[in-house]
Amino acid sequence: MAQSVGLSALGGMVWTGYIEEAKSAPLILRPPGAKPEIDFLRMCIKCGQCVEACPFDTLSLAKPGDNKPMGTPYFIPRDVPCYMCTDIPCVPVCPTGALDEQSVSSVVEGQKVLDINKSEMGLAIIDEESCIAFWGIQCDACYRACPLMGKAIKVEYRRNERTGKHALLVPKVSSDVCTGCGLCEHACVTKKASIFILPREVVKGELGDYYIKGWDANDEKRLKDVSTDVTTQTNRSKLAPQDYLNSDEVLFDD
Amino acid sequence: MTNFLKKYRFLMLRRVSQIGILALYFSANAYGFKVLTGTLSSSLLFSMIPLSDPFAVMQMFAAGAVLGADVLIGALIVFLFYASIGGRAFCSWVCPINMVTDLANWLRRVLLLDKTEKKVWLGRRVRYWIIVLSLILSSLTSVAAFEIVSPISMLHRGIVFGMGMGGTAVLSIFLFDLFAVKNGWCGHLCPLGAFYSITSKLSILRVKHNQPNCTLCMKCKDVCPEMQILSLIGKKSGDISSGECTNCGRCIEVCDDDALSFGIRNYINKNG
Repeated sequence: MAQSVGLSALGGMVWTGYIEEAKSAPLILRPPGAKPEIDFLRMCIKCGQCVEACPFDTLSLAKPGDNKPMGTPYFIPRDVPCYMCTDIPCVPVCPTGALDEQSVSSVVEGQKVLDINKSEMGLAIIDEESCIAFWGIQCDACYRACPLMGKAIKVEYRRNERTGKHALLVPKVSSDVCTGCGLCEHACVTKKASIFILPREVVKGELGDYYIKGWDANDEKRLKDVSTDVTTQTNRSKLAPQDYLNSDEVLFDD
Repeated sequence: MTNFLKKYRFLMLRRVSQIGILALYFSANAYGFKVLTGTLSSSLLFSMIPLSDPFAVMQMFAAGAVLGADVLIGALIVFLFYASIGGRAFCSWVCPINMVTDLANWLRRVLLLDKTEKKVWLGRRVRYWIIVLSLILSSLTSVAAFEIVSPISMLHRGIVFGMGMGGTAVLSIFLFDLFAVKNGWCGHLCPLGAFYSITSKLSILRVKHNQPNCTLCMKCKDVCPEMQILSLIGKKSGDISSGECTNCGRCIEVCDDDALSFGIRNYINKNG
């Protein structure tokens, strides 16, 4: 018995080590409606029904050797992007709810309808150094490929300082609209795509509670549930400001 | 010829079942022939009936997942089928790894490796420890622990969706069964088989022994992948009642004396 427990512990540690390595794939792109990665890995049973449902063969199941969590669905937009089917066939077939129908549905006239534009598969990022539009060459391949043209990718006019008399027409991504379908990455004309999709949690910053837009009445609402007891106590903050500013002890402390 | 058919009737049926099931999954993905879509982890029969792996669902619960209704109903259907009727039949009639380990086992017999190899000892209870371990690790890592390493899924998904490097895992099992431990994977390590061994303690379909016909030739013990369950051979009539029996029927077909047959479990008198 003691030997069995001991050997189990040994095996368990090796096994855990492998799992922790295997489940870490921060750059993986999931199908539409996927739960946040940690919940997705909990819930995905690796059945491949989403892969079979996809009419464009966008999705694949991670194979041994792909260095992605084994058996889970993902896509590589430069190869095959998500074509944003309006009936989202990959999501309702998910038996476990790892692909959540709720997150890609909106209510229209009191009825729940699937809405692929709500999906958050990733976010398009532009490498301005290798994007030829930033050189002044007219290219709107990504803009035209975008299924939310003019909303997820806009074209911004800028003065071309180099020539002094032309405009730059550069793409600009709105992170609150972009779904991460990857049609832009697929369409990009440079050798390696200069606009590409990364998982949102990798590229997005997080504001925290310290900053609010004073000019935006709605932004205050963010702070509604925040506890106000966030005072930081340090040696210095015990004193009133005048006290420590007027004394030279603190200056010569060290 | 008829004798050959009779001697291998269950073996051939099992291969038909194993390959047929694989072919259905494969053609659903490759040709859109939607009889059985998905994989052994979770699938949809006739685009209607969900079927799921109950052991995978248990691990997912241990990992802290809140699951959809489809997968729970599917797991319940599969669980009830094996627990009440099939016993551990998944292992010998469905699981694709069975063909790999059977091949290894057959080579062991042909090459007389059983007689010549150095013995590597491994207990048959290890698999039950692995069940416990997979549940504990699932809750520690928030991932279904066995599912992410399961060579069964690797082989099965490999055949349906593309193999990748999954062949190495399958080859490892083949080599392990051939050179290390007889029936090493299925009979000693695999937690899925162990899970079905536990759940099929009361299943209806059983192999029955008719002791007066037995001539003690021991051919049944030679072919049985779980030899320990045949302890009553030649001693007394009755059910092979252990959950570790996979209902593969090999013992029945190799028996020349009609001393073994499939039948219904005798629930009333345990001693038959």
